Amino acid sequence: MEIHRYEKLWFGAALVLIVGFIATVVYGAAGVGISMVDDDGGTIDPNNVTDHPKFEQTGLHEAEGDDADYEASVIARRFIFQGADPLEVPENSVITFYITSPDVVHGFKIVDTNANTMVIPGQVTEMTVEFDEPGEYGILCSEFCGAGHENMAGQLTVVPEEEWGGLGGDS
Amino acid sequence: MAVFAERYPSDAKVVRMALGSSFVALFLGGLMGLIQALHRTGYLRIIDDSTYYTVLTLHGVALVLLFTIFFLVGFFHWAVVDSLDRTSESTRFTQLWYALMSLGAAMSSVTILGGFVGEVDVSADVLYTFYTPLEAHPLFYAGLAMFLVGTWLAGVDWFRSWYNWKQSHGGERTPLRTFMVLTTMLMWYLATFGVAAAVLVFILPWTLGLVDTVNPLLTRTLFWFFGHPVVYFWLMPVYMLWYVILPKLAGGRLFSDPLARIVFVLFLILSVPTGIHHQYLDPGIAEGFKFLATSNTMFLLLPSLLTAFTVVASLEHGARQRGGTGYVGWLRALPWRKPAFTGMALAGLMFAAAGFSGMVNAGLNLNYLVHNTLWVPGHFHLTVGTAVALSFMASTYWFLPKITGREIFSRRLGLAQVLTWFFGMVLMSNAMHRAGVGGVPRRTADPTYEGVEFTSVLGNINELRLQIALGGVILSLSLVLFFTHLLLSWFDIGTSRQATADSIPPALSGPENAPKVLENLQLWSGIAIVLVLLTYVLPIAAIVSGNGWFGSVEHPAGMVEPIWLLALDIGRQHLAVMV
Repeated sequence: MEIHRYEKLWFGAALVLIVGFIATVVYGAAGVGISMVDDDGGTIDPNNVTDHPKFEQTGLHEAEGDDADYEASVIARRFIFQGADPLEVPENSVITFYITSPDVVHGFKIVDTNANTMVIPGQVTEMTVEFDEPGEYGILCSEFCGAGHENMAGQLTVVPEEEWGGLGGDS
Repeated sequence: MAVFAERYPSDAKVVRMALGSSFVALFLGGLMGLIQALHRTGYLRIIDDSTYYTVLTLHGVALVLLFTIFFLVGFFHWAVVDSLDRTSESTRFTQLWYALMSLGAAMSSVTILGGFVGEVDVSADVLYTFYTPLEAHPLFYAGLAMFLVGTWLAGVDWFRSWYNWKQSHGGERTPLRTFMVLTTMLMWYLATFGVAAAVLVFILPWTLGLVDTVNPLLTRTLFWFFGHPVVYFWLMPVYMLWYVILPKLAGGRLFSDPLARIVFVLFLILSVPTGIHHQYLDPGIAEGFKFLATSNTMFLLLPSLLTAFTVVASLEHGARQRGGTGYVGWLRALPWRKPAFTGMALAGLMFAAAGFSGMVNAGLNLNYLVHNTLWVPGHFHLTVGTAVALSFMASTYWFLPKITGREIFSRRLGLAQVLTWFFGMVLMSNAMHRAGVGGVPRRTADPTYEGVEFTSVLGNINELRLQIALGGVILSLSLVLFFTHLLLSWFDIGTSRQATADSIPPALSGPENAPKVLENLQLWSGIAIVLVLLTYVLPIAAIVSGNGWFGSVEHPAGMVEPIWLLALDIGRQHLAVMV
């Protein structure tokens, strides 16, 4: 089969482009350190979510490991974010979120950040986020979850370091 | 030679019916689109927020499933009959698959429309992705299943024609158009396995009360097993249009027949093992599987980039045949006054832009930024909403005379129609992309939240809202032009000139240059199946070992239980008492 010279050049350039795109993804993971939401959160009984150790209490609490400063447990249900309305975290902190749903699929997106994930009944979403800009951030449900979905929102406040009074403190 | 409608009247009739169904769906879906564009931007609200999701479901199902697939089965049927030069083996069978598709489509559509009537218990406000445990009336899923079975039988019809053709054409290469149809259908059989399993094994038994629970992550994964390759099911007929019809309209011929075949084989192999790229942000799927989906998706760029080369080269060849000269000056020699040509060329241009926004979607970690924002519908209004929809509409100006036997009403009106679609979509989709970068969510009746201000680095949110609404209005205007033209041309109102027959010129580099192995469809299907197994067996095994095949999610509270399901329960209790 005869392949035109320009066709061969184009084919080569196309492959370079493709490998280049894959390289940017590898760089994002290995260089910048952006890890994907994965199966680390494990599974949960969606009919009894509060039996799960991470969801006995919602809201901010001390982290168990060294990977984060605090943990935040959030139950996304029609049409509220339990534990994140509002949620206060200190500036320059690393928070690991544990999010689950006892009813339908929801989304969890913090506006103005790249913190964005799906919440699926039966699964626990684990996502670690670093907050370095003080301010008020809206949290939206980004997946259709029923009539009322457009009202499902929460609030996250990143408190400046000097005003942070610690867990349960006055800020 | 006479036109297709005279040579194969019974086949032309089925093609006309399929196109008719397609355009009914386009009308319904387009109308819903206008309501949505004005509602979510806040300019005009004629429905409640809760009804918005009924509108959105109908918009999605009618346009991405019914409009596209009805059109392409009609087009494919023409392609097979015309290129093999033989009528279908059994008119009855052809009518059967069309009837199944129509009945299924009607069942699903009526169920969705039930959502507008509060008094009846029939509805399907689940959007076209129907993620469980959102629940529609069983009729919705049954209709979808029947529609799918219809498409499967259509494939059987075409394989049968090809098989019989081969008996009398031993050693000949399969004509290009038939080759494209067959590879597309093989891809489709593989892809629909996922959604068929989701609907028939899990969702339908659950909505019927035969099993109590469902595993949302599993049905979601099976949906996307189908949900990504379905876009190639829309796109491959468009590629056929771009490869076969566009160069001819440009006054030339296809540059390379073998390369076109290679592109279709690549789509068969690579389309399916990519669906997990819609689930980058899902819990319960390990990062490695997501990365694998990323690299498969990126390699799917290859057939599209090769297509860009071949199509542009073919157009340039055509333009030079028409006297075009210069490095870019030849562009002026293209037949820009033909609506079929201009529409398809603009659709191709928009598809190039869509390719780049798609790379952002597919870029694993970049996806955090745009997932479930308005960026995503911005992207697919360029792909399915323009590359596919505009190509289908534009090609109708060329195609309709083949199947009705009469010329179209007016070239100028056609030209105005394709241009308004292009401009409307430029406005709407660029604004959707930019709003998405600012975090504005998709799939919501009202993207305004107390205390939340969206700020896009790429523009003021109010200006973007206006562009989306204005774009939606212009697109609707384009549809009005399209339907007016269609009615005038179809029903002998505006035109009675007989269509003149034309033929499709052979490629510059013909099929005899293609390696024989390309004809080995079993080999390519085998490789495609192996790739699918490699990508999907492990993640699905992990999902099932976590939550079980049938999960533990019941019908969520707040879901209206259909009355007849209650009756079934009472019946069962009676039975238990009797025993």
